[in-house]
Amino acid sequence: MALAFDEYGRPFIIIKEQGQKARLRGLDAQKANISAGKAVARILRTSLGPKGMDKMLQSPDGDVVITNDGATILEQMDVDNQIAKLMVELSRSQDYEIGDGTTGVVVLAGALLEQAEKLLERGIHPIRISEGYEMASKLSVEHLESISQKFEFSVTNIEPLVQTCMTTLSSKIVNRCKRALAEIAVKAVLAVADLERKDVNLELIKVEGKVGGKLEDTELIYGILVDKDMSHPQMPKRIEDANIAILTCPFEPPKPKTKHKIDIDTVEKFQTLRQQEQNYFDDMVQKCKDVGATLVICQWGFDDEANHLLMHRNLPAVRWVGGVELELIAIATGGRIVPRFQELTTEKLGKAGLVREKSFGTTKDRMLYIEHCANSRAVTIFIRGGNKMMIEETKRSLHDALCVARNLIRNNSIVYGGGSAEISCSIAVEAAADRYPGVEQYAIRSFAEALDSIPMALAENSGLPPIDTLTAVKSQQIKRCLEHFIYLQHLNILMAWLLQEGNPYCGIDCNDVGTNNMREQNVFETLIGKQQQILLATQVVKMILKIDDVITPAEY
Amino acid sequence: MAAARLLKDEATEEKGDRARMASFIGAMAIADLVKTTLGPKGMDKILQSTGRGRNVTVTNDGATILKSLHIDNPAAKVLVDISKVQDDEVGDGTTSVVVLAGELLREAEKLVNQKIHPMTIIAGYRMAAECARNALLLKAKDNKQDPDKFKSDLMKIAMTTLSSKILSQDKEHFAKLAVDAVLRLKGSTNLESIQIIKKAGGSLKDSFLDEGFILDKKIGIGQPKHIENAKILVANTAMDTDKVKIYGARVRVDSMAKVAEIEGAEKEKMKQKVQKIIAHGINCFVNRQLIYNFPEELFADAGILAIEHADFDGIERLALVTGGEIASTFDNPESVKLGHCKLIEEIMIGEDKLIHFSGVEMGQACTVVLRGASSHVLDEAERSLHDALCVLSQTVNDSRVLLGGGWPEMVMAKEVDELARKTPGKKSHAIEAFSRSLQAIPTIIADNAGLDSAELISQLRAEHHKDTTNAGIDIISGGVGDMDKLGISEAFKVKQAVLLSATEAAEMILRVDEIITCAPRRREDRM
Repeated sequence: MALAFDEYGRPFIIIKEQGQKARLRGLDAQKANISAGKAVARILRTSLGPKGMDKMLQSPDGDVVITNDGATILEQMDVDNQIAKLMVELSRSQDYEIGDGTTGVVVLAGALLEQAEKLLERGIHPIRISEGYEMASKLSVEHLESISQKFEFSVTNIEPLVQTCMTTLSSKIVNRCKRALAEIAVKAVLAVADLERKDVNLELIKVEGKVGGKLEDTELIYGILVDKDMSHPQMPKRIEDANIAILTCPFEPPKPKTKHKIDIDTVEKFQTLRQQEQNYFDDMVQKCKDVGATLVICQWGFDDEANHLLMHRNLPAVRWVGGVELELIAIATGGRIVPRFQELTTEKLGKAGLVREKSFGTTKDRMLYIEHCANSRAVTIFIRGGNKMMIEETKRSLHDALCVARNLIRNNSIVYGGGSAEISCSIAVEAAADRYPGVEQYAIRSFAEALDSIPMALAENSGLPPIDTLTAVKSQQIKRCLEHFIYLQHLNILMAWLLQEGNPYCGIDCNDVGTNNMREQNVFETLIGKQQQILLATQVVKMILKIDDVITPAEY
Repeated sequence: MAAARLLKDEATEEKGDRARMASFIGAMAIADLVKTTLGPKGMDKILQSTGRGRNVTVTNDGATILKSLHIDNPAAKVLVDISKVQDDEVGDGTTSVVVLAGELLREAEKLVNQKIHPMTIIAGYRMAAECARNALLLKAKDNKQDPDKFKSDLMKIAMTTLSSKILSQDKEHFAKLAVDAVLRLKGSTNLESIQIIKKAGGSLKDSFLDEGFILDKKIGIGQPKHIENAKILVANTAMDTDKVKIYGARVRVDSMAKVAEIEGAEKEKMKQKVQKIIAHGINCFVNRQLIYNFPEELFADAGILAIEHADFDGIERLALVTGGEIASTFDNPESVKLGHCKLIEEIMIGEDKLIHFSGVEMGQACTVVLRGASSHVLDEAERSLHDALCVLSQTVNDSRVLLGGGWPEMVMAKEVDELARKTPGKKSHAIEAFSRSLQAIPTIIADNAGLDSAELISQLRAEHHKDTTNAGIDIISGGVGDMDKLGISEAFKVKQAVLLSATEAAEMILRVDEIITCAPRRREDRM
């Protein structure tokens, strides 16, 4: 209530109404929220699947991004609506957790909201709907677990991993050379993976891009690529068996952090200072040389004099190397980052078999390759492509593929793609719904229907008649079950039967290959990715349903 | 209601057909804009900048035109971007790539109107591009083994490139100039070592290639103007007041006498530095930074030519050319590599005095001096020469060569047509469309030359159905001619890049079904 009365019967205002605040309450609030959520999902719906379309986004500064990665679209869209922002968050958290399936999760949440709206119209309380959804999501996660398969791979047999990455890449613009890119992604992940701990630190994979060339020229470099060149144009462009000193101190006279002044008031002082200054440079370079370094990589700049001294003593150097790159170089070469010249020792130097500079195109673009490192646990993927947007999109796609490969190393269970997992879940949930007494039953059924929307969107985007295709596939999945069902008349047995005999591999044949069996088409997705999608979508929908009052300060 | 307020104010969203139409129209507008500059009879454009001074540029270089445009349409930006990349990668074909992408989209629009799904079109385009590339690969000739033939190939390529530019009147002269310059590089693609100096005055024909190095600087007064067997020290060091670099140091004195003392010490320091430099046994000193009067005087006394304030590129190039190293400290004269050249002299081009280093050790670098009536002509000449140099330096590395004059397009179109006939399904429409787009390029070249394009192209097509043919458009006679005899060649790398980038860009734009434009960032009023 906006207006209340105190104990003396005087009215006072709790929330200012009308002019100052816009307020939506009850069913209206829920409906407004649902329609906002649906609007976001509608934008992404056409991007789903291998035949999904891209979105062109123009940023406030006029830069153009072309992508079909759900998380990127939503992030660039700059939405204003609060509920829409929740959906953006949803996609982002899927991106952080799993890296792939960012579009699917939003489409699923949109479908759940759509179903919830119908239930709300029937007068079912939002909390009951959320509870029903919760149960259904638990059911489907379990079901996914049961239809999942372990995927055996080893360092020598990477084929299964490549296949899964290809599924991810096939929906992107790079699908022209998905095979090559998938192989690159898998090799990169395996190079940095810790197979014992089943973990992968994706930060060890650096993704660099440079316009020019073609997509097929994209390569995996077992080493580090730095977008810098030698500090002095006449330093050697190729160093073999380099001992690398990795410095974070500049080749400049020290700058003490405490404030100080040196007053020069006599000629002697002037001369000693001059002497000292020269010695500084000499010492620095000498120290690097003494420990046996043959290449200096520095985070800071060099004084002209130091630069020449380095050149003079035949010590190639690279300056202004970024912090992250420096760390990667340190990891790759097994060196230590040295913050002071005094601490430089031979053990702290990094080793690399080959350091070379390579130039590109007609402009003065040079890059530094650090290869054959002591520790090849840091790799670089170097992307080439026709234009800037292509490179950016390839970077995003590769990121997805890398994440998928990582997820598989963490947990090698997979489910089949092409909407088959969703259809299978939908059947299972639908069948289980009848077991639940109470209003939740309706919500669970709706959940099953919402799950159908993903294969439906896939079919739509591929130009297939959505309802026909979906029903055909669905019936294929349960066809033989139904015959048995007549005899069995028992749900649990049906469920068990579904798992053994049913065919949860039937999905939407997006590429017009001629078979619905996703196993034959080699379309896989990771189990954790799918589970996460369902869990996250349900959570967000629950959150949105629980809101029954929206108060926004009026524009002023 | 909520959907309408999903995005921020002023942000716009276009969906489906409208979005597609917006991007088609934008892309085609850009393609039509540069279309008239294509080919030897292409016209130029005048670009006036909005900045202060309203600078005017006259050019027919696609990349330059597009770079200077302010474009709001996102699809058009994609085309501008591919043209830029083409410029960076191969240097030439910047117009062709945009025109081809535009034609591909124009054809795609027709197909979309016939209710063919964009994804099907993309699939068709991809197959067609692959097939076209293979056709080019088969037809490309490689004359690397035969140096004479290779050189004549280079000449032809340079002439073909230049023929569409302002230099076409003197294309033989400039082609020779460019080929000589590139051959000096010996396979490196570093065009940095070719210096281009523009001096207004004279005519384009007076431009020349100098094997030495020309520095656009004056010689200090009282210093020798003519040095034989010069030993050059190239340096990057402060020759004004050599500050104490230790942080926080400052001069604080209590009497005038002491100021004088310290000033004396400073002078002494500078003098010592100069002494050290002189101790290298040099007779020419080139510094990147300023040289003040005092040290300059000292150099003059020692009979050393001191050149100050040479720009950074100049220093690098000079060091490269003379084989010296860029020095910043002067304590070890015995181990610093000095640069050498036979003769340093002051020369006059027009009314300007320049310093000429001839007889240099490293033969890689050279200088091209461009002469021309006005700065606009010179700018355009430089761009044209740059294009030619880029193409040549790329060709030296990838020596495959194709014929020009619309020949490669017709070869590709024929192969692609064949593929279309063999392909079942809706894709074949897209493949056919691809072949039509390829044929659009010779059509535009003919149109620009004022020829009857429809007649010419049909003749050309008939000619190309024979097994081996060198037929292309002969702009001069206005008919179909033998490109091999006419000596019109193009670099394989350029054509391939055009084909691939254009297809990639068209594909990218076709895939879009929604455009979301964010509200432009508000500029804060800075008053």
